[in-house]
Amino acid sequence: MSGSTDQALWRRLLRQRSGAIGVAVLAVYAATAIVGPLLIRFDPAHQDLANVLLGPSLAHPLGTDNYGRDELLVLVFGARATLGLGVMAVAVGLLFGVPLGALSGYLGGWTDVVVQRVAEVLLAFPSVVLALALVAGLGPGLRNVVIAVGVGSIPGFIRVVRASALQVRALMFVEAARALGVSPPVILVRHVLPNAAAPLIVQASVQMGVAILVAAGLGFFGLGVQPPTPEWGELLGEAHTYIFSDANLATFPGLCILLAVLAFNLTGDALRDALDPRLA
Amino acid sequence: MLTYLARRLLAAVPTLWGVATAVFIMARLLPGDPARVIAGLLATPEQVDLLRHQLGLDRPLPVQYVDYLAHLARLDLGTSAHFGTPVTAEIGSRLPYTAELALVAAVIASVVGVLAGVAAALRRNTTVDLAISAVSVLGISMPSYWLGLMLIVVFAVQLRVLPVAGADSPAGIVLPAVTLALLSVGLVARMTRSSLLEVLGQDYVRTARAKGARPARVVLAHGLRNAMVPILTALGLQLGALMGGAVLTESVFGWPGVGRLLLDSIFFRDYPMVQGLVLLFAVTYIVINLLVDLLYLYVDPRVRFD
Repeated sequence: MSGSTDQALWRRLLRQRSGAIGVAVLAVYAATAIVGPLLIRFDPAHQDLANVLLGPSLAHPLGTDNYGRDELLVLVFGARATLGLGVMAVAVGLLFGVPLGALSGYLGGWTDVVVQRVAEVLLAFPSVVLALALVAGLGPGLRNVVIAVGVGSIPGFIRVVRASALQVRALMFVEAARALGVSPPVILVRHVLPNAAAPLIVQASVQMGVAILVAAGLGFFGLGVQPPTPEWGELLGEAHTYIFSDANLATFPGLCILLAVLAFNLTGDALRDALDPRLA
Repeated sequence: MLTYLARRLLAAVPTLWGVATAVFIMARLLPGDPARVIAGLLATPEQVDLLRHQLGLDRPLPVQYVDYLAHLARLDLGTSAHFGTPVTAEIGSRLPYTAELALVAAVIASVVGVLAGVAAALRRNTTVDLAISAVSVLGISMPSYWLGLMLIVVFAVQLRVLPVAGADSPAGIVLPAVTLALLSVGLVARMTRSSLLEVLGQDYVRTARAKGARPARVVLAHGLRNAMVPILTALGLQLGALMGGAVLTESVFGWPGVGRLLLDSIFFRDYPMVQGLVLLFAVTYIVINLLVDLLYLYVDPRVRFD
């Protein structure tokens, strides 16, 4: 994509209310996750048991958690783990889904039948159940959560890329390239993938939301990233124990998750409209 | 009609087989030794070997696979490592709870969702319309486990009007069902709105209006009935999603269904049970999709598959 179409896309994206809100929230989150832990001196493993479950104060704007850690700082550090999990899980989905979808749509025949069957089978598992089943076998921890959540996003990417590949395959210039003897891998990379870019971006945005929901869900039940690494789902799970004495503790990590997923869904919706040539 | 039914049922067979195979692969190829886990930390190597033999895990994988499929065909999912009872029996005793929860949630979501969708279609670009868009995107973005906690805090801890957890009293279903329903209600409303708007623009609706049918009759009998296919699709997909959502919701509310059983079994390292439950969820999803397809025939006589 050239610079000017990029700018036009940004304008179309931000002109929509949902796009502007989504992008703004994501920008704040990304800055928090990347820069926050660099600027703040904070050791999540340090406990201050004299100051547990304090209410909001000047020193601790959101109070302290069950280990006496400042809730706001824990949440800032949690952004890195939760958003990072989402990014890595979607990367796994892209890594497997894109090549499989491109081959499936472009080659057709048996490749297509097999890949589609596999995608259909994967889609039959609710994403939470699939992630739980994989984590049950692999065990908790960052790497395993990324795999468990990422696998669930593969079929979505397969479908999106396959649909684009099917369209592109029938186009004149691809046929010409094929007639000139351009090899299938080159055609896939030069022609099929660029045409799949728009729907892929939308799909990736939506999948980020799903991945964060599922990964944080695993964290909530103690099957995700392990303490003391703060992760929003894991923080929420710990707060679960204290909802009768300190409901605030459960409120904030959940709000952080909700806002993140909401921002990805709003951005995805707005991107879909912004990338739709019929609406341009 | 019957041929279609038969063909549709047959088409589900390879998917079911694929699902069964996927579960087998997940259970066997993942790292970790099931016999070691089931035997427990205190077991001697001999005991572990004996158990491995009893479970048939010392046989070649293809033999295990055929054996697994043969047992599946007889609906034999093995014995729970935790309860010591057949997996199917335990699932059978818990499934009614999940079915009850999912159905109550689906009823709430469809009634509220369809009504709100109709309202939005009739009052386009008003607050109702905007609110429905907001609720639907909130629904798909909501961590159900957090929503559940917040509802517990408000209704059980602060207002004390509803029980926190469990299926001991009839009121116990309210909070988990509402939690689940809130996730789908917006999507159903949005689908109803767009589908109804499309139908209301059709010529036959104008004809119905022209010949003097009452507005309510136009919207309900002519509009909604013809708008039902996409709405049913959304509802069907939501029922599948509700099953998945039930896993987390049941655990938050201590609801004794199969979702909570799945999480408990993961903690008990009860692999036969986990395997059986994962299969159950996938098969349920396939069956629900099949039923939705068949419902089309009933709702929309124009849909004919041959």
